[in-house]
Amino acid sequence: MRRTAVTILSVGLVATALAGCGSSSSGGSGSTAGAGSSSSASPSLSGSITVFAAASLTEAFNQIGTQFEAAHPGVKVTFSYAASSALATQITAGAPADVFASASTKNMDQVVTAGYLSNPTTFVKNVMEIAVPPSNPAGVASVADLARPTVKVALCQPQVPCGATAAKVFTNANITVKPVTLEPDVKSVLSKVELGEVDAGVVYVTDVKAAGAKVTGVPIPADFNASTSYPIAALAKSGNADAAAAFVAYVLSPAGESLLTAAGFEQP
Amino acid sequence: MDTLTTPARLSARERQRRVTRGGGPRSVPAPLFVPALVAVAFLVLPLVGLIVRAPWGQLWPILRGSDVSQALRLSLWTSTAATGISLLIGVPLAWVLARTVFPGQRLLRALVTLPLVLPPVVGGVALLLAFGRNGFVGRYLDSWFGVTIPFSPVAVVMAETFVAMPFLIVAVEGALRSADQGLEAAAATLGASRMTVFRRVTMPLIAPSLGAGAVLCWARALGEFGATITFAGSFPGRTETMPIAVYYALETNPDAAIALSLVLLLVSVVVLVTLRDRWLRGGLSQ
Repeated sequence: MRRTAVTILSVGLVATALAGCGSSSSGGSGSTAGAGSSSSASPSLSGSITVFAAASLTEAFNQIGTQFEAAHPGVKVTFSYAASSALATQITAGAPADVFASASTKNMDQVVTAGYLSNPTTFVKNVMEIAVPPSNPAGVASVADLARPTVKVALCQPQVPCGATAAKVFTNANITVKPVTLEPDVKSVLSKVELGEVDAGVVYVTDVKAAGAKVTGVPIPADFNASTSYPIAALAKSGNADAAAAFVAYVLSPAGESLLTAAGFEQP
Repeated sequence: MDTLTTPARLSARERQRRVTRGGGPRSVPAPLFVPALVAVAFLVLPLVGLIVRAPWGQLWPILRGSDVSQALRLSLWTSTAATGISLLIGVPLAWVLARTVFPGQRLLRALVTLPLVLPPVVGGVALLLAFGRNGFVGRYLDSWFGVTIPFSPVAVVMAETFVAMPFLIVAVEGALRSADQGLEAAAATLGASRMTVFRRVTMPLIAPSLGAGAVLCWARALGEFGATITFAGSFPGRTETMPIAVYYALETNPDAAIALSLVLLLVSVVVLVTLRDRWLRGGLSQ
């Protein structure tokens, strides 16, 4: 009885391990999209690529990824969204990425200096907006309200692009804001606002747009606002250089730019 | 084998070794030796890496730097507070679980030890949903008393208590179960009230396991990351504990991250040395 149990347990463990190995290696051959005959006359790309992108690019890049896979059946795109500073640290520590899209040139320069890519291209720009819960419990109507001591504000960590850009906004508006928390990336700030745990968060205009009815946006006047530029590049050591270059080209193409503009990004 | 049957011609040390470890061949069979060696390498090499890459020359200035020392001080007092609360409310719960019988006891025991296996960040989300400003308990705290818990040091202590208290409860319950109840019965027949028995007989009886459980609870609270960062957020000096400081320092100041990691490593080693046989040998129920 006990030997049977041990045997079943070991078989189960081995099967689980094999299943885990199997699914990751079959990722590349997974998607053969239906519209094969209408694909463009480009040489057929295949395989899979991993795109490291800033958290604020989540919704826009998901759409671009779907369109790219439809245009190039045989290529599978996987995204990893996080703060650009965290992604830059991961890449310089050897994480396997094929494309890097950063929310600031500073984090991209980090990766360029470390020798992992060269010649990034700036593809969009983003500006900041204040996000408040739909009921606006603290009655935040302007940037100056964020400096009120009773208003709970969530910001990004200062080394993350959204945190650095928010700091520029506060400098422009000549106010000092004492946040209750410094979150690891802009989507974490947004979720704290959505949960109603904070009265306001400083995020990008694209994040307010993507959150829809879950938050209300309080615009920041143009003379206070600050922007950040988003560069993109394929990594030199990419395992699938053709597909990586094609993805970057797609983002820079009119199709990609129109998706990004619809999401609220500005032209660089 | 005992001291009476080990040959006298052996040295005293060898005799003692055989009494405690048993006789038999001293060499390890190869099919066990190689995997054991791999396990040792896997567990030890990361620690060696930490020690080798440490900025030994600048360690003291880094640790005295304001943001690092803030995180150190916050972590120390919050984990001590969490251990204190765990002792205050966890020991009575362990006593109830060990010494009484009531329907649903097994379910209750499973529920209170759930944080042992629950992923910590899940614990943080759960705390937020219960005690957050819109949480089903937190909303009344906010509307009746104007008290909000998230993003405060209180939230840090609560998160640490949530993940660390089950360690204490398990240790104490195990000790109570295996303690000699005859002594408690004897005290009762001599006229001691139940609380007197608890204070003067039971507690001293389980003191070693209680101490071991408290040390483990403290170490677990010190190292908590997922629940703290989710429920309490992160702000230097107020809610940024050592593990969170390490996480962010990796992006901005890797030397500070390594220095803080060394401190946590040292604390872990001290904890293990303190617990020694109790943790590795007879379990926590001695």
